[in-house]
Formats: sequence, structure tokens, C-alpha cells
Amino acid sequence: MKRLLTAAWRWVDDRVGITDLVGPAMNHLVPRDSKWWYVFGSATMLAFIVQVVTGVALAFSYVSSSSQAYETVLFISNDAPFGHFLRGMHYYGASAMVLMVGAHMAQTFLFAAYKYPREMNWTTGVLLLGMTLVMGFTGQLLRWDQTAVWSVVVAAEQAGRVPVIGTWLARFILGGDTIGGATLSRFFAIHVFLIPAFLILFIVLHLWLVLRHGISEPPVPGQPVDPKTYRKRYHEFLEKHGHPFWPDGAWRDFVFGTGLIIGIALLAWFAGPPALDQPPNPSLIGSDPRPDWYLLWYFALLALIPPRIEGYLMLLFPAVCAALLLMVPFLNNKGERAPSRRPWAIAVMLLSVIMIGALWVEGIRSPWSPNFDPGRLPVSLIGASTGPVFQGAVLFDERGCLNCHLIGGYGGRRGPDLTYIGDQLTKANMIVRIVNGGTNMPAFGSVLKPGDIDCLVAFLSTRHRVAK
Amino acid sequence: MSDVPRLPSKEPEEAELLHGRLTLEMHRGEHSDCVSRRNFFAKLCIALSGVCAVILGVPLVGFIAAPLFRKVQQGWVTVGRTGDFEIGKTVNVKFTDSSPLPWAGITAKSAAWLRRVSETEFIAFSVNCTHLGCPVRWLADAELFMCPCHGGVYYKDGTVAAGPPPLPLVRYPVRVENGEVQLKTEAIPITTTLS
Repeated sequence: MKRLLTAAWRWVDDRVGITDLVGPAMNHLVPRDSKWWYVFGSATMLAFIVQVVTGVALAFSYVSSSSQAYETVLFISNDAPFGHFLRGMHYYGASAMVLMVGAHMAQTFLFAAYKYPREMNWTTGVLLLGMTLVMGFTGQLLRWDQTAVWSVVVAAEQAGRVPVIGTWLARFILGGDTIGGATLSRFFAIHVFLIPAFLILFIVLHLWLVLRHGISEPPVPGQPVDPKTYRKRYHEFLEKHGHPFWPDGAWRDFVFGTGLIIGIALLAWFAGPPALDQPPNPSLIGSDPRPDWYLLWYFALLALIPPRIEGYLMLLFPAVCAALLLMVPFLNNKGERAPSRRPWAIAVMLLSVIMIGALWVEGIRSPWSPNFDPGRLPVSLIGASTGPVFQGAVLFDERGCLNCHLIGGYGGRRGPDLTYIGDQLTKANMIVRIVNGGTNMPAFGSVLKPGDIDCLVAFLSTRHRVAK
Repeated sequence: MSDVPRLPSKEPEEAELLHGRLTLEMHRGEHSDCVSRRNFFAKLCIALSGVCAVILGVPLVGFIAAPLFRKVQQGWVTVGRTGDFEIGKTVNVKFTDSSPLPWAGITAKSAAWLRRVSETEFIAFSVNCTHLGCPVRWLADAELFMCPCHGGVYYKDGTVAAGPPPLPLVRYPVRVENGEVQLKTEAIPITTTLS
């Protein structure tokens, strides 16, 4: 039997040329010291393969029609055998792909692996990062629930800020003047055909470049990259300190990749895919659209930038980020590679992580959003059940103050915490603030009667750190 | 290849070598007739590729970009009878787009905030925040519109009260016809502050 299989394999290999095709890639020498730091690239590709496999499976039941997509996602999630698990795999696979592409870029940046002769490896990688994020966003839209519908509107509005052609871009995204029958199928085509085709094209190009220039050797302080001598030195290094990719270098990729898939599967099984919002009915206005976690930091940025420069920043920030990332290897493609000799690289990386992390935390908290369901202040917190103080607390609830202000842990966080406002403002100052409004606060002078204002001030004046 | 002259030679190997050298020289462009012929074929192939790209590309771009040029007939839609609306109250009204695609389903629905100001006067606001289009909600007691996304706040007349919105809420045309309150459907308002 074994002899028969061997003969069959030899026949196939002779006619198809599999060994000739993949042999050089499998046997090419890689630096022996390229250990666990080097697994993120293959893990990104593996996550992409998970996305292709689970995406194809989901497409067997998904109907990309504006009127039916939501029901088919419900069917996949609740009724189809393994549907819940596959949707979960697709969601956590996307998350893994974003995480891994980020880790891969961070490692490449810190090890300065983008320097000569690997400039185009980095550039194609940046394009792959962009495509991955576009896939993430369009994939969220294919759930076609309330959040998806309003996210399309948000995307169209952002595109609308582009000078001159903004309105055209917005209509292109919406598939017309409004959300409707043409909207979803556009994003389906982009998510399932267009971007994956470019992704595969650029992954192939990226892999070819990896083979062409070799995997960068771990950086050593005092061994700068000199384009005149680098290739010769690299090949000499490989002859001395290299081993074949298969299996000596590849086993770590397989171990890490298997762990990644197990992690994705466990999350899919136990945590499940993200819950669906209400149906995609644009006349339901109780929606509170939020992007998936990997774009939540950008969502926060849009809320925090000053309104005066927002229009410019909304367009320039992504463009400048993309341009800077693409330019990295062309700004400096030689010299030291070791992180210990490149403190600015470490600073840039740390600042990026801190900035995105801080914005991400703010995106989760969303303190700028009113609390539309703040409940009622309990009598124990008000400190009275009748009289002006109680009336003021009731008005604080009813007039929307509690939607934006926190008192004793109740309410919203859009405005300042008023738990101890009695220690901070005089009664006269409170009246001025309530009647005229203030920074980021509406004026309530035309809404409240004088008696109402007196009650509100009576209530707020009792908010002290130490009861008086 | 067959046009390459075979020169007489004593040894077959030498002849093959010479034949190969001649072929190589022709490939290197040292044979002017052949060069012009090869140039012609190269240019022909590139031109034909361009023709194929145009044949495929023009309808592709036209098809994908069609929504940009499709004229959507906006029209008046009835959202209720005048008696349905109390003076001073702001209510959410729902309607269907005037010319939806047949497979639009519930995505053809839309909404607006409608207020009856007096016996005869109505005003209607788009539900889309002018910041990034999220649906604003009406807080009746506070007499404010609030946006859940980035905290935009508008007064009851639609002007900006707080937060990032750059413009007031967009108003829809409203009319009363035969006792029916009608809105004129419009495209989702796209804020284009930089243009």
C-alpha cells in the first residue's frame, strides 16, 4: 500500500510539479535565532484562512438582501447546525486577524525589519492592515441589524466631509439617497469578493517578498544595515546560522497557529458571536451604534476632537496615519536595527499603544454619550421626600439633567459629576449656569420656570461631601 | 524560430550553437526586421489588453456607480391626520421612502420628528444628527434632542445646544392637504462642512 501511494505521489508530483513549486519555499534558509517573535505573520495568515473557511460556510445560508439578511443571520445563529459556532469563529477570527496583524507590524517596526531590502515587505503589509480593517468594518455591517444600518449612515456622513466629492461618496456608500435595497448588497460584494481578492493578491506578493529577501535576522546592536553590504552579509549569516524553514523554523508557527485556532474555537463555543441588535429598520431610533472593538478607539477620537477642527481631522487623521505608515521604510532604510539603539522607535510604539489604548477605554466608557435610561434618584440619596429639595430632585430627573450628570453614582457622565456640587458652586453661580448653560451644556432658561430653578438650586445646594 | 537561417557547418553541435547565437541576437534586437515585427506584436497585445479592459471596465464602473446618477423621485408622504397631533407636542413619525427598491423590505422605512406648533403650522426635523448621522432622540421634558453617539444636543428649534454637531438639525418640508399632514421625503442629510 505504502509503495502504491509513494508511486502515485511521484506520478502526481512529476506531472504537477508540486515539489518544484513549494520546495524552494519549504527549504529556504531562515535565521536560527528567529524564534517566537516571528510567529505573528503566519498567525495573521492563518486567521485569514479561518475567515475564508468560516465565511464560505456562512455564505451557504446568508442572503445578501436588505429585506432578508437579518433573518438569515438569526437563522444561522439560532437554528442552523453549528451556525452559532461558525459565526463565533468568524467574529473571533476577525478579532484575531486584527490582533495578529498589529502584533506583526509592531514586531517588524521594533526590529526595524522594514529596512533595506525589505521596504516593500512593509509597504504591502501596511496595505494588508488597511484591507483587514475594511474587512472588519464591512463584516460588522453584514449582520444587518440596527447597529449595522446606522454604522453605514455614519460611514456615509464621514465620507460626506470630503470636499467637493463628499456627497457623491456618501451616495456611493449608501447606494442611493437613503438606506435601502441597494445598500447591503454593495457591502456584501465588497466584503466577500472585492477586498478578499485584493487581500489574496497582496498576501501572495507579501509572501513572495519574504522569500525573495529572506526573513530578517534578529537585530544585533552595533550591526547596522548598510545597503552596499547587507545582502552579502545576510547570505553569509544564513550559511553559518541558518536552518531550513521546514520543519526547523516552521514548527513554532504551527504550534502558535494551533493555539490561536483553539483560542478562537473556545471563544466561539463559550462566548458565542456578538448578539444581534434590533432589525434593520431605519425608522427605529432607539439605536446606539458602536463599532466593533477594533475601531472603537477611532469612534472615541471622533467624539473627543474639538468641533472646530473636527472636519479636517476626520479626513486628515486617517490619511496622515496611512501616509506615515507607508513612508516608514523610506524615511530611514539603513542603520541600526536593534531596539536598544533606537529609543525613538520604542517611544513611538509606546505612545501609539498608550494613545490607542486610552481612546479604546474611553470608547468603551463613552462618557460623552447621554445616559438615556438613568433611572430615578432614590429618596435616600435625595435626603427628603417632600419640599423644595425633593421637588428639585424630581425636576433634575424630568428635565434631563440626570441624563448627563452623575449624582451619587446615578445618571450620565456627559457633564460634570454633581455629587458634591454644593461644595463647589454658590447658589447664584448655579442659577447662572442653569439659566445660561455653559461649556457643552444647554441653556435651560426658556424651559424652566423661576420656581423650578429655585427647587433645582435647593436640591443641588444640599449636595455636600459632608452632610451639613 | 524557423526563419533563422541555418548556416552550413562541419559539426552538428557547432551548427546548433550558431543557430542558438543567431536566435539570441535576434532576441536582443540586433535583427531590425524582426525587432519591428516583435515590437508590433508587443504593442498589439498591449492595445488588445486595453480594448478588453475597456469592454469589461466601462460597464463595471457604470453599474457600480449607477446609484450616483439614479434620480430618486422624492415625494410627499402622509404621516397622519391633523387631529392625530396635539399642539406643542413633538412626536416621532414613520413613513416609507417614496420610491424604494422592491427588495428593500423594512429598510425602506424612515422617520422624522414632527411638532404641531399651532392649528395650522407643523415643523419636522430629520432624525439624523448633523455630526455623523446617528438617530437623535427627543427628551420631551427637557425639550432637547440628544444624540447617543457622540453627545450632540439640540434645542427644540433644532439649533445646536451642545456637543460636536456643526449644523442645526435639518428640517423637512411639511404641508397639510385635505386634513392630512404630509412630509416631503428627502435624502439622508449629508453634512459637508468643508466643501
